[in-house]
Amino acid sequence: MKFTIGWLKEHLDTQKKDSELIEKLTNIGLEVESFENLSSSLDSFKVAKIINAEQHPNADRLRICDVDIGLNNTVKVVCGAPNAKKDLLTIYAGPGSIIPKNNMKLSVSKIRGVTSYGMLCSESELNLSNESEGITELPTGKYSDKIGKNFFNSKTEKVVDLSITPNRPDCLGVRGIARDLAAAGAGKLKKISLENIKNNGSQKIKVSITKGKNQGCTVFGSCLIEGVTNKESPKWLKEKIISLGQKPISAIVDITNYVMLDLNRPLHAYDADKIDKEIIVRNSKKGETFEALDNKEYKLGDDMCVISDKSGVLGLGGIIGGTRSGTEMNTKNILLESAYFIPRSIRKTSKLLNIDTDAKFRFERGIDTQSIELGLSKAAELISEICGGKISNFDIQKTDKHEKNKIKFNISLFEKITGFKVNDNEIIKILTDLGFEVSKEKFELDLKIPTWRPDITQSIDIVEEIVRIKGYENIETLQPEKTKIKDTLNTQQKLFHFLQRSVASKGYFETVTWSFTDSKINKLFRENLKEIKIVNPISSDLDVLRNSIFTNLTFYLKKNLDRGFKDISLFEIGPIFKDNKPGEQLTVIGAIKSGKISRLNWNEKDRVVDVFDVKKDVIQTLVEAGYDRQSFFVRDKSPSYYHPGKSGSIYLDKDEIEPVAFFGEIHPNILKKLDIKTEGLVGFEIYMDYLKENKIKIKDLKTNFEYSDYQKSERDFAFVVDKNFKAQDLIEIISSIDKNLIRSIKIFDIYEGENIPQDKKSIALNVTIQSSEKTLEESDLEKINKLIISTVETKSGAKIRS
Amino acid sequence: MSDIKKIKDDYLNKLNNDLNIESLNQIKTELFGKNGKISNSFKKLGLLPTDERKKFASDLNSIKNELQDKIDSKLQEIETKEINSKLENEKVDVTLPEREFSRGKIHPVSQVIDEISSIFSEIGFSVEEGPDIENEHYNFTALNTPDNHPARDMHDTFYLDNNKELLLRTHTSPVQVRTMLNGKPPFKIIAPGRTYRSDSDQTHSPMFHQVEGLHIDKDINMGHLKGCLNYFIKSFFEVDKIKMRFRPSHFPFTEPSAEVDIGYEIKDGKIVIGEGDKWLEILGCGMVHPNVLKNVKVNPDKYQGYAFGIGIDRLGMLKYGINDLRAFFETDYRWLNHFGFDPLDVPSNYRGLSR
Repeated sequence: MKFTIGWLKEHLDTQKKDSELIEKLTNIGLEVESFENLSSSLDSFKVAKIINAEQHPNADRLRICDVDIGLNNTVKVVCGAPNAKKDLLTIYAGPGSIIPKNNMKLSVSKIRGVTSYGMLCSESELNLSNESEGITELPTGKYSDKIGKNFFNSKTEKVVDLSITPNRPDCLGVRGIARDLAAAGAGKLKKISLENIKNNGSQKIKVSITKGKNQGCTVFGSCLIEGVTNKESPKWLKEKIISLGQKPISAIVDITNYVMLDLNRPLHAYDADKIDKEIIVRNSKKGETFEALDNKEYKLGDDMCVISDKSGVLGLGGIIGGTRSGTEMNTKNILLESAYFIPRSIRKTSKLLNIDTDAKFRFERGIDTQSIELGLSKAAELISEICGGKISNFDIQKTDKHEKNKIKFNISLFEKITGFKVNDNEIIKILTDLGFEVSKEKFELDLKIPTWRPDITQSIDIVEEIVRIKGYENIETLQPEKTKIKDTLNTQQKLFHFLQRSVASKGYFETVTWSFTDSKINKLFRENLKEIKIVNPISSDLDVLRNSIFTNLTFYLKKNLDRGFKDISLFEIGPIFKDNKPGEQLTVIGAIKSGKISRLNWNEKDRVVDVFDVKKDVIQTLVEAGYDRQSFFVRDKSPSYYHPGKSGSIYLDKDEIEPVAFFGEIHPNILKKLDIKTEGLVGFEIYMDYLKENKIKIKDLKTNFEYSDYQKSERDFAFVVDKNFKAQDLIEIISSIDKNLIRSIKIFDIYEGENIPQDKKSIALNVTIQSSEKTLEESDLEKINKLIISTVETKSGAKIRS
Repeated sequence: MSDIKKIKDDYLNKLNNDLNIESLNQIKTELFGKNGKISNSFKKLGLLPTDERKKFASDLNSIKNELQDKIDSKLQEIETKEINSKLENEKVDVTLPEREFSRGKIHPVSQVIDEISSIFSEIGFSVEEGPDIENEHYNFTALNTPDNHPARDMHDTFYLDNNKELLLRTHTSPVQVRTMLNGKPPFKIIAPGRTYRSDSDQTHSPMFHQVEGLHIDKDINMGHLKGCLNYFIKSFFEVDKIKMRFRPSHFPFTEPSAEVDIGYEIKDGKIVIGEGDKWLEILGCGMVHPNVLKNVKVNPDKYQGYAFGIGIDRLGMLKYGINDLRAFFETDYRWLNHFGFDPLDVPSNYRGLSR
């Protein structure tokens, strides 16, 4: 919302400095976006006189003018306008000026070899009118003594731009802002002075509001002004319109705009001669069409609030008028509309048709229901003053009385909410200044809410009004209490936090990427999950929610490879999505690792990253998080984006249904499809939601400290097993032989080749045997040795290697 | 006697020479071997008359011990020398690089979330979370933003279905609704998380992070709100003094509502938070609207309190001098390395928020 300080002062009687007003605005909730000196841009346009105009030597259509701009010397300006003649009074813009029409900044320049100092302006260049043929011709009588003076006399005008929150439609008019400032003690709100307009005769065009489902119009006020001469607006009005960055069009349009900006009272002017018999406010029927003032043809649906006549739709009430009944320069008779449209209806229609206009913006926030006649009076008065014409009586059609809403306000609520006290009289004064009708009854105020404040519906809104006007700086700063209701983090959050830092501590860089991704990449990792499309994606390559963390990780891995990095470890912890419903998401850690270990290292041989690097990282992370390595169970099943032979899944326990993690090499096809060039790419995923809470708490674990001081013995075995026999099974067989004696099993060699049959392999392992009761004798050891061999051989079909 | 004295003198002399381990062993054999001089002297013991025998034995033993000690010390001397010279040859260039290590990093957003959680933990808040996908009711309607409310236009919403029922949450405020619906007052929570708006330029990212705060109890007023945020901002920026300004504003789900500005100045091209005469808007807050409380089955006549929402990424940018919001989500290895934090740097109250 833009306005000038001068305009504000038409409504506000104040001695405050501009800077004080600006600060006040911010303090009462009308946030100042900018405060700029208008003069800086418009001061450079001077009234000037052409002293001499001669032909340009190198261009037929150009003239070189000596221009008097009120200084000792004239300036030379090259001008192409045919009307640039000696003695013409016009408007000069010096170098540095910014032309309002196109925001072009002027500089001294050579035009066909002749230097031109500035420019003589046409009306269209100054947004004064659409007149672009030739330069402005100023009337001699009025301007001959003003040469060198600023053309725009808004010399010290400053423009304020406010960001008005959606709850404050009243402040979309200058008067509303003035009222707020007055209530906050920044001056006195002036009374609106209306000359007594002579209303002559009845409004001859019949107006009716048709009852209908959700009729969007409840009041339609109108008057007829006959015998007008539409013309350009007078200068004061043009300047007002220009100062707010808008373009003057014609007196009638400018006046309706002016009243809207001044009072937040949107109006619409129809060319009365173009109305077919009568005005009917009704709901549209599906398929009706009309051409709107934005020159677009709109096809209407059912039940949109339209203003129509006998021939059809004239316009969408409160949103946009139609071309058929629009005013033009030759309009003689106008019908002025001042109506109330229900916000919900406006919003629904404008959303469906995708129309955004100034009127729509205001009506959807709520217009003062009692401003119908004020708007008609003010506009009619100006129109008859500027364009002449005879004003009819006002015709007001109503389907709703729109009586003022009432609230009983318990004064003590103010202190209860804000924590500080304001005395009753001050509260009453603030509310009265804001336009409330107040009457006090003991501890309560009976309030009638001003009709321009649709945002105020209950007591809490009254609290806000008082504290806002009184000033937020009056609220005390109370020291926070440290009482805790529950633990800061729950188990799952603690785990999240722990896993995040545990993975990072293994050399991975944490990244955060968007929850959406490119469907083309996503489908490589989607598996059997549902694709979740975004209806209105920000771009076509971010069109789905991710089904896997790997989609974005691989995408950004490639970007970093392209930057010249080779050995990259990245991870992200965050949501992946199963469906488009709340809660259909899983929290997953995804990590990837590319390139080599020990690349270019003087003392260690480099090697490509492999499945056991990530297996180590994922297992270590789980163990650090408190899960028991001994119960883990690894299967060689994994999603299809992993290398089928070099990947696996981890279960917390053999009996679990859901794996908690996957790990392995990324499938070569994926690398090919994503054009990722690296020596090796491995990764893992941990599904946090499947990680069960550890039943044994650390404090219980610690208190249970058991150890044995009896001598340990180690025995080595080598078994020849089938090639696809799993090491995990071998360990399981051995460890279950005697959980008390067999303390650890380490695989120290896997051998295939010479001396071993083609379909077999040899697994060499070292078993540590220790009793917690006694030192084992040689015979005990021999017994367990034999038991190990016989059990393994029976259960696995293995043969001990001799 | 003179014989053994001579042996002693001779060998002590020999042992004083520069010897290696072989020559020392040679001497050892010469003295104590089967036919060694000392061994042989002991053999003579039996031939001596009784009266001389005792003295001779005593002398011989003392000479034997003396020589033995000498040999032992000599042996140690040689060994030390040999080890020293061996170690001298094993010398490596310790200025060569150490074995490779890799250091991971925590993303600044995660770090800042942990910092925020740590601060609020101190004043009794717990952390709640909610889903990224919300339905229109939790994201808007329950928060007093009905469908016909123009405030909905302030949020550019990503929708997941054509009926605009399912969406990506535009703020973390729906967590308020879920928390209150699932529990009983008092509530004292923060809810950090991902939020989404279809907006992308230098200062807007289609995904960003917010932390929601909510404190509902019997008598929580705007003074508590001010105190809480003042405490938070001071702790977060790790400054003693902070200039703060509460400005009236409007959010459908709070009433009265405020925006909070903090003072700052530019020193050497960098933002310094705390003092200074410029204002920077950093969060929105207010007293939870009675309509919201009613929507979540909390009696607004009995309970009241405040809520706030803060942009996490922006806080991080201000604290750690990060200029471009979009860089947060672009996974540039160099950026992650520079702005990331060591995983052991866990923000906590007793160790401090940051080093």
